[in-house]
Amino acid sequence: MTSVTTEIADAPRRIRWADMGPFIALALVVLIGTLINTNFATGTNIANVVTRSAFIAIIAVGATFVISSGCLDLSVGSMMAFVTGVMILTMNRLEPTMGSNAILVGAGFGLIVGALCGLLNGLIVTVGKIEPFIATLGTMGIFRALITWMSDGGSIPIERALRDPYRPVYFGNVLGIPLPVVVTLAVVVVGAFILYRTKYGRRCMAAGSNADVARFSGVSVAKVRTTAFVIQGLCVAIAAICYIPRLGAATPTTGQLWELQVITAVVIGGTLLRGGKGRIWGTVAGALILEVIANLMVLSNMVSEYLVAAVQGVIIILAMLAHRFIK
Amino acid sequence: MTRTARRALGLVSAASLMALTAGGAMAQDKRTIAVSIPAATHGWTGGVVYHAEQAEKEIEAAFPNIDVIVKTSPSATAQVSALEDLSAGQTLDALVILPFTSEELTGPVEQVKSNGTYIAVVDRGLTDPTIQDLYVAGDNIAVGANTAKWMAEKLGGEGKIVVLRGIPTVIDDERIQGFTDVMKDTNIEILDIQYANWNQDEAFSLMQDYLAKYPHIDAVWANDDDMLLGVLEAVKQSGRTEIKYALGGNGMKDVIEMVKANDPVTPISTPYPPSMIKSAIYMTAAQFAGQAPMRGNFKLDAPLITPENADQFYFPDSPF
Repeated sequence: MTSVTTEIADAPRRIRWADMGPFIALALVVLIGTLINTNFATGTNIANVVTRSAFIAIIAVGATFVISSGCLDLSVGSMMAFVTGVMILTMNRLEPTMGSNAILVGAGFGLIVGALCGLLNGLIVTVGKIEPFIATLGTMGIFRALITWMSDGGSIPIERALRDPYRPVYFGNVLGIPLPVVVTLAVVVVGAFILYRTKYGRRCMAAGSNADVARFSGVSVAKVRTTAFVIQGLCVAIAAICYIPRLGAATPTTGQLWELQVITAVVIGGTLLRGGKGRIWGTVAGALILEVIANLMVLSNMVSEYLVAAVQGVIIILAMLAHRFIK
Repeated sequence: MTRTARRALGLVSAASLMALTAGGAMAQDKRTIAVSIPAATHGWTGGVVYHAEQAEKEIEAAFPNIDVIVKTSPSATAQVSALEDLSAGQTLDALVILPFTSEELTGPVEQVKSNGTYIAVVDRGLTDPTIQDLYVAGDNIAVGANTAKWMAEKLGGEGKIVVLRGIPTVIDDERIQGFTDVMKDTNIEILDIQYANWNQDEAFSLMQDYLAKYPHIDAVWANDDDMLLGVLEAVKQSGRTEIKYALGGNGMKDVIEMVKANDPVTPISTPYPPSMIKSAIYMTAAQFAGQAPMRGNFKLDAPLITPENADQFYFPDSPF
């Protein structure tokens, strides 16, 4: 508890090198990229990579809440696919009567579904008192099976009439900044405000660092954690809204293994996996690092296609080790 | 939502079908064909399940003395258990199986065979080919080779291309081998081959990276139509116009629609049709319905799907 309070008091004034770790790592990866391949630093490539990392970054902001409150959510990838499927079916259903407005209504409905999915996870964990790992492993299977069932194992495409009006949400830009990046920034700013500047954010950390002490201090740990899962669900739905226009379909492989990327991004970013410490901006750096590494693997010819995953694993471990030693 | 409604209707009709067949089971000379296939986890297996269910309906309607039981399994171990369950409760006259893996399923299928069951194997062969009475499979090498021949001819034997491959498996290796063997004899340079795991999203990202890395690409081959859709979206976004052809494979209905519409970038596809399960079920049924003995190996060719023959390969109701 004491460490939490001092950190909040000191954070804005002093530069803490340990907290800069993820950003230094990101700068290093980008520098290496620029050196080994001339195509890396081009505007298009950077825009592609940053836009692509938006989904993982948005979901990972939610995961930062869940993890720093002392829980874990393995269901985000499947939930993402499920919410995407529900949204597309809703939009297709409404399109004949509402035209392009179906997108807005569908997106709103998606947010509700996402929040409810998160609430379900949260209640199983807090009211059901089941380990988050097992509870969300269960819902992960449920959401994945539901999307497979809804699509008959194939794909659920969005109506052609909706493709064009919806397309800019992924491919469009505001003042040259791709729209998904703008959305990510908005989510991050709101997330950082809630986590660092509100009572809820402090309770989240308290619940994560020591649940018993938090309970004795009058914090309803169950309420805090359930809310974190709902925030996670909302983030998944926001990611889904940006995701649909990219390929215009949901399939049983949508969002597969994203939960692992999300957790990796959060941890690289400096959030403690056991809870009690959350770093929203670090999380975003983590998501960017993962995407940049994947991009570099394709751009450079140094690594055999069979070994790409191994090199990615080594880089992630090195980044974590560097983090530890800077401390 | 309409899908859900259709599904529910399907369940009701399946239940009534079961009631019917249960009544008919009293009749003499009832023959049972068990069909064991992977569960629908992605487009292609979704197609397999669809065609197996279609075959079940059609055959049971045409030949009342034949009962077809379709069982789907999500993993190799689950498939082994399914075989045990199927053969424990009843005597099977025939088993049509698309094995998850060759090694793990060979023993259990041999067990079923020892009761005198006729064995038809589809797609992936067993390690001991003497077990099977009938073998129906597609030709993955031809999928790669036929696409390569067409592409090489259209490019005039020279140019620069990029390739996206699937999940590291025999299927993927054979397609890539068939493709690269043909390309070796041309002046076409394969700039890059990377895995995109038969996944639309990964194919989209990989294609974006290819476009960033290579200033000039004449053609793209994604060895599966699912990936092709991701590739096309990335090309569209980049605004690059030098890419003359982007081809896939498998015969997904969305891509067949493009072929039918004479799409300039994707004018052909190559089938590796999930409907092969249906062909195998029909061949198996033939010997119980009209005494038409069937034994041997049937390798389905991978002819090019062109606007002229596209209708044959187009299943608008199938999920794939």
